[in-house]
Amino acid sequence: MLGRTLQEVSAALKQGQITPVELCQKCLSLIKKTKFLNAYITISEEVALKQAEESEKRYKKGHSLGALDGIPVAVKDNFSTSGIETTCASNMLKGYVPPYNATVVQRLLDQGAVLMGKTNLDEFAMGSGSTDGVFGPVKNPWSYSKQYREKRKQKPHGENEDSNWLITGGSSGGSAAAVSAFTCFAALGSDTGGSTRNPAAHCGIVGFKPSYGLVSRHGLIPLVNSMDVPGILTRCVDDAATVLGVLAGHDPKDSTTIQDPGKPFMLSSLTDVSKLCIGIPKEYLVPELSSEVRSFWSKAANLFESEGAKVIEVSLPHTSYSIVCYHVLCTSEVASNMARFDGLEYGHRCDIDVSTEAMYAATRREGFNDVVRGRILAGNFFLLKENYANYFIKAQKVRRLIANDFVNVFNSGVDVLLTPTTLSEAVPYLEFIKEDNRTRSAQDDIFTQAVNMAGLPARQPEQPGRQVVEHVVETVPGDVKNAQKQ
Amino acid sequence: MWARAVLLGHRSWMGWHRGFTSKTDPQGSGRVTAEVIEHLERLALVDFGSQEAVARLEKAIAFADRLRAVDTEGVEPMESVLEDRCLYLRSDNVVEGNCVEELLQNAHRVVEEYFVAPPGNISLPKQDEQQPFSHN
Repeated sequence: MLGRTLQEVSAALKQGQITPVELCQKCLSLIKKTKFLNAYITISEEVALKQAEESEKRYKKGHSLGALDGIPVAVKDNFSTSGIETTCASNMLKGYVPPYNATVVQRLLDQGAVLMGKTNLDEFAMGSGSTDGVFGPVKNPWSYSKQYREKRKQKPHGENEDSNWLITGGSSGGSAAAVSAFTCFAALGSDTGGSTRNPAAHCGIVGFKPSYGLVSRHGLIPLVNSMDVPGILTRCVDDAATVLGVLAGHDPKDSTTIQDPGKPFMLSSLTDVSKLCIGIPKEYLVPELSSEVRSFWSKAANLFESEGAKVIEVSLPHTSYSIVCYHVLCTSEVASNMARFDGLEYGHRCDIDVSTEAMYAATRREGFNDVVRGRILAGNFFLLKENYANYFIKAQKVRRLIANDFVNVFNSGVDVLLTPTTLSEAVPYLEFIKEDNRTRSAQDDIFTQAVNMAGLPARQPEQPGRQVVEHVVETVPGDVKNAQKQ
Repeated sequence: MWARAVLLGHRSWMGWHRGFTSKTDPQGSGRVTAEVIEHLERLALVDFGSQEAVARLEKAIAFADRLRAVDTEGVEPMESVLEDRCLYLRSDNVVEGNCVEELLQNAHRVVEEYFVAPPGNISLPKQDEQQPFSHN
């Protein structure tokens, strides 16, 4: 039952094959069994069971709320959840209990979804491995798969049985692991530079990044206001579409959500791709790309071509500057967003009482890890008067060039771009930590962040077996109506 | 008593500064001087904490310097991908509030309905003002 898709299980609930409470209990029990993955920071057992009971009552009366009623979901721990601790995997927010739900959380709950818990992440969503949170790293469920074990030729009771575990990617690694390990049917992540697609790629599931402005950010503890979006992680594309249908749409509490009236999002059963034009950006073929990823990329392109789609090479000329541009804009906005954490109204507060500045400084030293502090300092450097024009404004100009690259490609008749998400498959933790967070992020976000800067939607589809590939399915940038027509 | 405790705290926090300037290294441009370090720490109210952190900043700057190679003549900065749309305003009606208790719950120091802050307008001591305690 737990291995089914959201739509399948929803049908099972409707038909009475299983009750919401039974389903919830099964997931809770699996969460306990897979605790070693460290995917969850908080397991909201009582809340979940209560929600499941209410869902059961609705099903009994025949008044289920929809496809998500009674479905176990998980939420990344940088989304505010009323009455449930929200930590962003940081000492700064340990013990912080928000008094409200993020809009996306509220929308899930309004549809009857059952909240299993808050998932682990890199501290404040900064990172590409889900290894840098204060609650420890998240382990990729595939580390324990038969394929991986055979590949490593591990002895059954060897000493180093667990030392070669793979990372989940990040920063929404906990959500990805939770879905991949069957402990829930959908999870929320966030995507600023690839944080939903990267772990989805490494954990073999679907990761969807909606267009900027489609899904409300109210309640998502912000990293980069101009690029953040809530992301959706599921085990199949249809499920992602179902969840998107629930989450998308204008929110009066988030003025960056567009007000265009939308049609409910329905995935057509698109078997005819002969009218599709698929672009392969040549600049994405970098030397660092692993041969495995490259071969998957080729296979995917060939598959589309053999089904009648037109597959052509395109150019996104500013690709090589994209990660640098992202780095400057990201650290600058982070420097601003992290300023709210001063210990006064919420979060960690140190004991120093001499002056507000001293208290703030010590609180922030104690509350933030090196990665967060490093980005704040870098951001402040780029925002200094003498640097502002040469770094921040310059990066904003380059951002326009990058966004224009996409516009030009889509205006030339291309419907969709097909690119890698990651350079290689999930690496063992021991290898990942050989480089620091900033270096890793610069390496791992290389394919994913351009799309965040341009505000485009992108999807990492599931792959059977250990996946490494990706599709980046784009529609005309910024044009939500078109996105909904697809 | 408390002044001493604070000076102690500060010393450990800023004491490492002395002797810590960024050496001109091949990757960086030696731009992260002691002055810059102090300035950034004041602005950010976050400390570097180690020479490694300074080195990381140098690398971050060197990385960002690659942007110079891009020709942005005549290009306008892009602040948001939604720049072609208007930010809208909600109507000026109160729809929620009255949640004083909930909001105060998350604060550590509260007196009646106030958040309690230490005295303001006291700048952090400068680097060269760090003296061993002159009084006991």
